[in-house]
Amino acid sequence: MNLRSPLGQARGLGSAKDGTHHFWVQRVSAVALIPLSLWFVFSVANLAGADYEQVRWWVGYPAVAVTLVLFIAAALYHSMLGVQVVIEDYVGNEAAKITALLLSKFLHLVVAVASIFAVLKVALA
Amino acid sequence: MAQFTLPRNSTVSKTAGRHYPAPAGAGKVQTFKVYRYDPDSGDNPRVDSYDIDMSACGPMVLDALIKIKNEIDPTLTFRRSCREGICGSCAMNIDGTNTLACIKGCDEIKGEVKVYPLPHMPVVKDLVPDMTHFYAQLASIEPWLKTDSPAPTRERLQSEDDRARLDGLYECILCACCSTSCPSYWWNGDRYLGPAVLLQAYRWLVDSRDEATGDRLDQLEDPFKLFRCHTIMNCAKTCPKGLNPAKAIAQTKMMLVERRT
Repeated sequence: MNLRSPLGQARGLGSAKDGTHHFWVQRVSAVALIPLSLWFVFSVANLAGADYEQVRWWVGYPAVAVTLVLFIAAALYHSMLGVQVVIEDYVGNEAAKITALLLSKFLHLVVAVASIFAVLKVALA
Repeated sequence: MAQFTLPRNSTVSKTAGRHYPAPAGAGKVQTFKVYRYDPDSGDNPRVDSYDIDMSACGPMVLDALIKIKNEIDPTLTFRRSCREGICGSCAMNIDGTNTLACIKGCDEIKGEVKVYPLPHMPVVKDLVPDMTHFYAQLASIEPWLKTDSPAPTRERLQSEDDRARLDGLYECILCACCSTSCPSYWWNGDRYLGPAVLLQAYRWLVDSRDEATGDRLDQLEDPFKLFRCHTIMNCAKTCPKGLNPAKAIAQTKMMLVERRT
């Protein structure tokens, strides 16, 4: 039985005085992804039928490698922010929520680092 | 997890619903399927069907509910007061949409009229939801004028432009149709303030006479209290007064961005 007053329950732990930064960087990364995604989709479509050497040659272009790294970073950062919101929305249990948030962040970081490393390895080879 | 399924004692019984046929010689008949729950009986909720003679009934859904209570089944329980869309008491889910029974015409609904309490709220009885937490959330944003300057000896003046900023906000009657239509409020209503309360908060944020704007923004800046709004827009779609709480919330977010950029 909960005998705490309704106002006490509604106030809860009070304001975190945070959330605006998350809101803002989610939008910034979204805006960045508009040109980056268009470029990525268009470029990959253009490479249809290309052989291994042609793709290596394409990634080896400094401008292409830099843009690829930017795309990977922006996409995974945006995805990490979005998945965080989904977890906060739907996972109510505090322990499960923290675990899911940690796993999501680590996974995004691992994928980002591995992808960027792959691009650099090809580009700098 | 957010709770997507009802606990066993809250699922609607498919078999227990009662049927009240229209009287012999009735003219135009419309069927009302009304959610019934009696906490004293210990039974699961059920849906009762009332065939109403619309030639002897007022035009609004509330008229039909009052006719049922007066003439057919006095155990039916619902809130109502002004019967003209200004008190917000008779907010309920009619034909799948939250609205006020008193301004929803029966002829707007094709076929049978399904009447349920506001979604995802604890039910006290039949169509009466428990609004305690909703009202406590409203109290938590301190919806009154706050000033530090000494009180003037006359009215607090406001320009016409400043007054116009309250249009689309002051009309809210706090019926809770919007908050109870919001999935974010369904899943996280214990912490998320919901569209109705956030529209009220914004109404005080943009009041030119209020001096506590910064404190109000401090109190709202929270991943759960405010930022659970994902612009789903159910609130604006369902509002029986035609208001747009989602826009008020978006503008609150813009104020928070503005003060740090």
